[in-house]
Amino acid sequence: MIYLVGILGLVFLVMAIVVISRMQSVMKSVNKDVQNDEPVANNKLNGTMWIVTLVLGLVGTIWSYYAAKDGFLPEASSPHGRRTDELFWFSMALMMISFLAVNVLLFYFSWKYQYKKGNKATFYPDNHKLELIWTAIPAVVMAVLVFTGYRAWTDIMSEAPNNSQVIEIMGKQFGWMVRYGGTEDNKLGNYNYKLIDDNVQNPMGLDFSDEASFDDISHVSEMHVIKGRPVSLKIRARDVLHSVFIPHMRVKMDAVPGMPTKFWFTPDKSTDEMRAELGKPEFDYEIACTEVCGRGHFSMRMRLIVEDEASFKKWQSEQPTVLSAVLQTKPDYISRIPENLRAKAMKYAPAAPAADSTVAQTGTAAASSAALR
Amino acid sequence: MSVVATSTIVDAHVEEVHEHHEEQNFWKKYVFSEDHKTIAKQYMITGIFWAVIGIAMSVVFRLQLGFPGINLSWLKPVLGRWITETGTLDPNFYLALVTMHGTIMVFFVLTAGLSGTFSNFLIPLQIGARDMASGFLNMLGFWFFALSSVVMFISLFLHTGPAAGGWVIYPPLSALPQAHMGSEMGMTLWLSSMALFIISSLLGGINYITTVINLRTRGMTFSRLPLTIWAFFITAVLGLISFPVLFSAALLLIFDRHFGTSFYLSEIYINGEALPNMGGSPILFQHLFWFLGHPEVYIVLLPALGMTSEIIATNARKPIFGYRAMIASLLGIAFLAFVVWAHHMFVTGMNPFLGSIFMFLTLIIAVPSAVKAFNYITTLWRGNIIFTPAMLFSIGLVSLFVSGGVTGIILGNSALDIQLHDTYFVVAHFHIVMGAASAFGFFAGIYHWFPKMFGRMMNNSMGQIHFWATFIGVYLIFYPMHYIGIAGFPRRYYQFTTYDFAKSYTNLNMFVTIAAIFTFAAQFIFLWNFFYSMFKGKTAPLNPWRSNTLEWTTPVVPGHGNWVGEIPAVYRWPYDYSKPGAAEDFIPQTVPYSATPESNLPHETALIAEEKELGEINLNDQFRTAH
Ligand code: HEM
Ligand SMILES: [Cu+2]
Ligand SMILES: [Cu+2]
Repeated sequence: MIYLVGILGLVFLVMAIVVISRMQSVMKSVNKDVQNDEPVANNKLNGTMWIVTLVLGLVGTIWSYYAAKDGFLPEASSPHGRRTDELFWFSMALMMISFLAVNVLLFYFSWKYQYKKGNKATFYPDNHKLELIWTAIPAVVMAVLVFTGYRAWTDIMSEAPNNSQVIEIMGKQFGWMVRYGGTEDNKLGNYNYKLIDDNVQNPMGLDFSDEASFDDISHVSEMHVIKGRPVSLKIRARDVLHSVFIPHMRVKMDAVPGMPTKFWFTPDKSTDEMRAELGKPEFDYEIACTEVCGRGHFSMRMRLIVEDEASFKKWQSEQPTVLSAVLQTKPDYISRIPENLRAKAMKYAPAAPAADSTVAQTGTAAASSAALR
Repeated sequence: MSVVATSTIVDAHVEEVHEHHEEQNFWKKYVFSEDHKTIAKQYMITGIFWAVIGIAMSVVFRLQLGFPGINLSWLKPVLGRWITETGTLDPNFYLALVTMHGTIMVFFVLTAGLSGTFSNFLIPLQIGARDMASGFLNMLGFWFFALSSVVMFISLFLHTGPAAGGWVIYPPLSALPQAHMGSEMGMTLWLSSMALFIISSLLGGINYITTVINLRTRGMTFSRLPLTIWAFFITAVLGLISFPVLFSAALLLIFDRHFGTSFYLSEIYINGEALPNMGGSPILFQHLFWFLGHPEVYIVLLPALGMTSEIIATNARKPIFGYRAMIASLLGIAFLAFVVWAHHMFVTGMNPFLGSIFMFLTLIIAVPSAVKAFNYITTLWRGNIIFTPAMLFSIGLVSLFVSGGVTGIILGNSALDIQLHDTYFVVAHFHIVMGAASAFGFFAGIYHWFPKMFGRMMNNSMGQIHFWATFIGVYLIFYPMHYIGIAGFPRRYYQFTTYDFAKSYTNLNMFVTIAAIFTFAAQFIFLWNFFYSMFKGKTAPLNPWRSNTLEWTTPVVPGHGNWVGEIPAVYRWPYDYSKPGAAEDFIPQTVPYSATPESNLPHETALIAEEKELGEINLNDQFRTAH
């Protein structure tokens, strides 16, 4: 990394020196009349500058690429991610060729055809054949890109496979919350934004008149998923726009209040495997927010843990249900549950009010987000 | 209809002319002037003022990004309590700065400053008109812009700060004062200011369109219009169609904010309270916003491209290559600009099928854009290039247009946009293709037409130094920014230290910041040159660049009405440079073919017969009777 700066700094320095040394020679002529052979002062010098800039620019482009490329597109951990990466580099190569070709021609012509005394420019107003050719070439290239892009896009946006693990993720100022269907029915219960209440530990607005929500569990700082199993994210927001961004999974989708969105992907490298692969024992997959949502937008970090099914099951079974947290904070919440379901709900009431880590966490998260405002 | 309109205007002017023989008072001459040249200068000065503020803001937040947590207490005298006790920048204010920077640069600098200045200045001068179709509306247009500037400027000093939800002000964040400090009074003023701004640009646009259609001098057919005018004309049409949509988007937002409607709001729980709003859609706002927002990028870019065409042809001493293709591609870009807006919304949860359609339409834009780039390059080929500062900036613009354009093709691909959306890759892309390219057009225009504006020359060598410093500086800022984006760094982040994946590239971020400071500093060369030359520059000759277009047939400093005596007739297109057989390497548009038998092409010789007639008619000249 430090090399990159060194190199770019060097390029910068050389250019600065060129500019400054020019400046001196130029300053001498600042108030002089235009030199005899030149239509404007320093014409020749400026012609040369194009070539100098071209050469330095090419060197800078190539050097900086090699110096910086380790950080590009963090190792993809999902099949669709590898596919879009390939497509990205393919398009990038095409674009790099056009970028270089056009700029080289532009800079070269500027130098080559600079004013020379006695020269006359060629009167060359058009050439239909040429124009047709260079309309056709980009058209064909675009067609290829549209075609490959379209296929990838429709595959990525297709319906999630049936065996997917369904996880709900909700954005709020300022953090993510995830919810799982629970160990008993593995089904997400209904929610209603009007039932959201941070004070009773129901920040996602679970609707307990739907018994599917009784065993739902949620978490404010970790999402656990099973390696190799498709994950179907159900995405929502409860206050303003947010956007789920999982860089290593190539996942990004806005979270919109009032309009649930979705995205599915298959994580196929476990956290441990990635740690080994990258040689970074502290590595973690992360979930970020990419839609500006206020003061804490830059700090909505959530960890994503990709593990095997056994560890996932273990983790899942250790999580308290949302309902138990609610009943612990506010025992008489039970009166708001329909009568016919109360008996079942009571099973989730904590036997003895013990200190519970999730409750504590949820509590602090709510408090701190209020404080951030 | 148009006949009626024109004749009333003629009458109005005839009356005015009589007054003009008396000395105009200060207010009428410099402040509430109806002369297009004065109004152009007003736009220019205001634009430069905003540019200094807008770019200075970017330097401040770049400092925070390059050196997270940097001690900025030295800015305390200016920023006051936005610098915390420990000397760091307040995160709320970071967002406010980003938002104001974006709004100011896009709307105030590059829409009003660029298009306002040069459409006003050049349209009458290059088509051969005494002034704009309605001087009064034109004056009104500027003053609406001034008012909008004042409102925006005031918002900078509010206790709760200016608007801070990004220049795109997506609701619900912008709709809910309780969501964000920047959505309180600052947002109200932002919306008011934009409403005034839209009125201003509509008044301007109507005027540009009417003037181009109705007030061209005899012989100035559409196929003889300089490409600058084509570009301004199409830009005005774009603005006229798209700005009202932004107006309605803003209006609905105002309703949501103040009158309890639910256009953009639904199922929101905020600050311990569930709001009653149901059934609205935040996505609706985004559709409306980008229906303006995308054409907007062409509204800032097309005038720059138009001026570049003119400047490159003049200084390469060659006709612009493919004049008709240039017009066709302008029209193509303008049309397509209206049907690609949702490429900003691929990952909003919009129906994926729509995403596919918009990807297809977006990538088509690459074709006319590529044609333009190729045509510029062919214009340079076998030219005899003179590197005036204007020419340097024009060539620089072409380079930036291409370099920024290619990454647009990546972003327009919905599958690739999943990863890149709202990262620094986007920031790098649009700064090069829209920000820097249009800014280069602005500089090119000023260097080229300064002699016509002030009757004096800007210093050539200083202009050249300014160009190289800026050109290199812009690439040093924005080229490495792509790298940060490819690594996945999200935009509008106060700092990157919260995430492991964004912990790298600290040095690169530092480098970008230093490059930004360098580039900002280089602009003072320009400022000095500009203001110094205005008063002390060498007096300009009549036609300093040996150019063909009409503005150089006016007196060095054209007075009210632009031409003394009759407006000249136009006999040929504006690009007869280095015509074989001609003695000089340029033939102004006012020279009839009958005077240049040695260089006429066969079909041009045929036109000589019509010339006599052409010289005698005199369309639309309100001054003819008076002078
Ligand atoms: C020295 C010159 C400039 C520098 C260093 C600079 C830097 C930046 C940076 C770093 C951002 C992103 C901040 C973030 O997302 O957190 C930004 C945003 C932006 N800039 Fe610039 N910029 C410059 C000039 C311009 C110009 C000439 C334009 C004209 C189009 C422009 C238009 C914008 C816009 C529209 C945004 C987006 C604002 C938003 O996110 O709401 N900038 N600028
Ligand atoms: Cu956010
Ligand atoms: Cu767009």
